[in-house]
Amino acid sequence: MITAERKPLEEIINCVKPFERILLVGCNECVTVCAAGGRKEVGIVSSALQMAFLKQGKNLQIKEHTLERQCDPEYVEELSTMITGVDAVVSMACGCGVQEVARRFKTVPVFPAVNTKFMGASERQGIWAERCQGCGDCLLGVTGGICPIARCSKQLLNGPCGGSGSGKCEISPDVDCAWHLIWERLKALGLQDRYEQIIPAKDWRTGRGGGPRKIIREDLAE
Amino acid sequence: MQPFEPVIVAFCCHYCAYTAADMAGSQRLCYPPNVKIVRVPCSGKVDAIHIMTAFQKGVDGVYVAGCLDGDCHFKNGNIRASKRVVYVRRLLEEIGIEPERLEMVKISAGMGERFARIAGQFTEKIRKLGPNPVKRAESPAA
Repeated sequence: MITAERKPLEEIINCVKPFERILLVGCNECVTVCAAGGRKEVGIVSSALQMAFLKQGKNLQIKEHTLERQCDPEYVEELSTMITGVDAVVSMACGCGVQEVARRFKTVPVFPAVNTKFMGASERQGIWAERCQGCGDCLLGVTGGICPIARCSKQLLNGPCGGSGSGKCEISPDVDCAWHLIWERLKALGLQDRYEQIIPAKDWRTGRGGGPRKIIREDLAE
Repeated sequence: MQPFEPVIVAFCCHYCAYTAADMAGSQRLCYPPNVKIVRVPCSGKVDAIHIMTAFQKGVDGVYVAGCLDGDCHFKNGNIRASKRVVYVRRLLEEIGIEPERLEMVKISAGMGERFARIAGQFTEKIRKLGPNPVKRAESPAA
């Protein structure tokens, strides 16, 4: 999932300060799962914003709505009936959702209420960790299902480096050495010989090196 | 001008603090009528939005009363509640409301005296803090 964290309330407050009526929009997908911008968080931020402004004697009008998915135009269209009379939109979705709302409603300013972080997985309740960098040319098949691009601090294709100690990365004792994990996994699978094969330099054009990316499925595209 | 009488909401777990309040009554112990009890099936049931809404509606203080450590009927509801209280205190701080207006307390079902004492102490603390700034701004004459 795409993970996110709520921005400091002060930053959100500063964004909406000039406005009287705002639409606070959540998303039912990734940001709901990582407890950053789902219906519940929309309610909490709405309540906090209203209190922050009430303290200053201002009655900020907030409409709350949580879309099924904020990165799809079909769902964003739902907002067209509620955007009338609204001075600004505050989106609690990831950057994709914020941009989709901004693309659809060109005359209303849109502000993000969360900082989009990374593509990750839930390690346990309340903890999410980075797992994928969307390099566009997946290596997981040769690295035992552990990504050296997302999980090695140096993105080494043939690790580990000299900074690996007792299974941990030199940047922090809390960070696992991805190449240690890869080795352990290959060993468990009986595929140690795969470790000996040198992975050639990666063609980063499939990643961000090639500029903004697009997927076109001719069979689906209209 | 009438003296300030704080309104306090106490979210009380059915299995401990609520029974402790009952016990306080049976023992004929006095505690301030400012404390309005909301019975919940477990302190872990109290969500951030419940606490925020209480403050938004103008209460001056909130406390969540759960079981003693290790005694939760649902295993760890009181631990979750404690963490949530810490989270909401930070939120309150971010919007300039004194975090001391919110507390987590642990009470067993037999602690009627402790229930009454906490209710009294918390009411006095909030009385000193004064009205909820949200309410103060809404009705400047109050």
